Amino acid sequence: MDRVAIVGASMTPFGQRDAWVRELLAEAGAAALDDAGVDGDDLDHLYVSNMASGEFEGQTGVPNALAHDLAAQPAYTARIDQTSSSGGAGVYAAWQSVASGASDLTMLVGGEKMTHRTTSEATDVIASLTHPVEYKHGVTLPSFAGLTARLYLDEYDAPRESLGKVAVKNHKNGVDNPHAQFRKEVDLDTVLDSPIVADPLRLYDFCPITDGSAALVFCPESVAEEYAPDGNYAVISGIGGATDTHVVHERADPTTMGGVVDSSEVAYEMAGIGPDDVDVAELHDMFTILEFLQSEDLGFFEKGEGWKAVEEGVTDRDGDLPINTSGGLKSKGHPLGASGVAQVYEIFQQVTGNAGPRQVEADTGLACNVGGFGNCVTTTILEGSQ
Amino acid sequence: MSDTESGETGAGDEPTFEAAEYADGTVTYPPHTVGPNGSERVGTVDLREREARVVTWTTSTATPPGVREPNTLAIVEFEMGDGYDGPPVRALGQIAPRDGADGGGEDGDGEDAEQFDVEIGDRVEPVYADELREPGAGIREPESQGWDGFRFRPV
Repeated sequence: MDRVAIVGASMTPFGQRDAWVRELLAEAGAAALDDAGVDGDDLDHLYVSNMASGEFEGQTGVPNALAHDLAAQPAYTARIDQTSSSGGAGVYAAWQSVASGASDLTMLVGGEKMTHRTTSEATDVIASLTHPVEYKHGVTLPSFAGLTARLYLDEYDAPRESLGKVAVKNHKNGVDNPHAQFRKEVDLDTVLDSPIVADPLRLYDFCPITDGSAALVFCPESVAEEYAPDGNYAVISGIGGATDTHVVHERADPTTMGGVVDSSEVAYEMAGIGPDDVDVAELHDMFTILEFLQSEDLGFFEKGEGWKAVEEGVTDRDGDLPINTSGGLKSKGHPLGASGVAQVYEIFQQVTGNAGPRQVEADTGLACNVGGFGNCVTTTILEGSQ
Repeated sequence: MSDTESGETGAGDEPTFEAAEYADGTVTYPPHTVGPNGSERVGTVDLREREARVVTWTTSTATPPGVREPNTLAIVEFEMGDGYDGPPVRALGQIAPRDGADGGGEDGDGEDAEQFDVEIGDRVEPVYADELREPGAGIREPESQGWDGFRFRPV
């Protein structure tokens, strides 16, 4: 089977933007087309990763709107909604479209417009993904994080400070990302003294509410050099998607994300590698605790040892396994439908040697995009072409 | 979507805390349309009379519209007896206010209603509340689900 290559990539600045979702999608989409050297009507398929444009701003039908704005007719279009992992699911759909032979050129654009809503309103839109028996108790995604963080710290005897160090690390990485919402370092005292949001987690343990968009262009590897004559492309060597329980309290071990375990096993097998072969990773640090859980469930570290890796600097940009060189969701921001696409954008930049001051030595990179509280997950592995 | 907790009543007037029992002996809360491993549902277990232990808890200080603030939540695991060897039966729920009020939402408890303190491992029991959050204040359609349910208070 011909593998699938990524030959174009872009992302808008993340943060508080004046643009609405349609404009954000068009901005990233046009830039990715330009990066790949193609026009909209060259596309066979056009996917949009988006969780809630209807709920946030009353704009539905975004794929067709984007096809209009990019003159991409008659491309087949579809919206991919998998909550916070809509971006990863979009990568999966785009990969499928090319790998199956249904499309010779596919573009994926992920985007969300959120900041015009209050934090309370945005939190409720996101919490609406929960089961009715959870929603009626006023549960939010941050409260799931607080519940899990308390259990993790208790079970694995991890210090509260270790969670804070995830925020410190990712903010430091974000300084060098021109697209990041926050390009400012924070120190540990600031994190630990910030207001409590979901005890024991505090404000700086959480990602912000964000507007933004990111885009990728896919084609068969056999023709990748037509779009990237300098060989500046990446190949999807492995990809896997999986789900865990919708009801979070039904999980046998609340500190394990089964969807991360299962999706990564598929991705590793497809790529013919193991976790030790990954050079750089983008994890879904919507909350600091998630970086521990995913780094363990992806097999990078033993269960209950992820916090030690952060303490020892293993996941720093100059460590043995740099995690979230982009600044992660924590610093870069989390425009729901865009995040999974932007994770792959960062890995694309890393394995093609175009990450600028964030560059690490990387031939193989992994992105893990999580929806809900681990309810649905896509893990993607990229290899550089050179 | 129906909310099976409040859809039936037990021996008294109080709704049941309904979990489902399946042919393979597994009990789940909430009930599933299809049981684990495809097992057929064969009965109902009322969790109302059972004690549970706190697996973990948090106090949320940034709550959505219509939800009390702060909102202490816990995942609890029910004591199912020596004869049960299925997976743990757990629930996520609010911790009850100290004043015993069973009303819900911002109006029912009063925003300043103090909630019980709990720690991991504490024994708790369910206590019925006729409204856990204010229907219609959030994004979900009020008629799409029930809004009553069971909080937990220390034994």
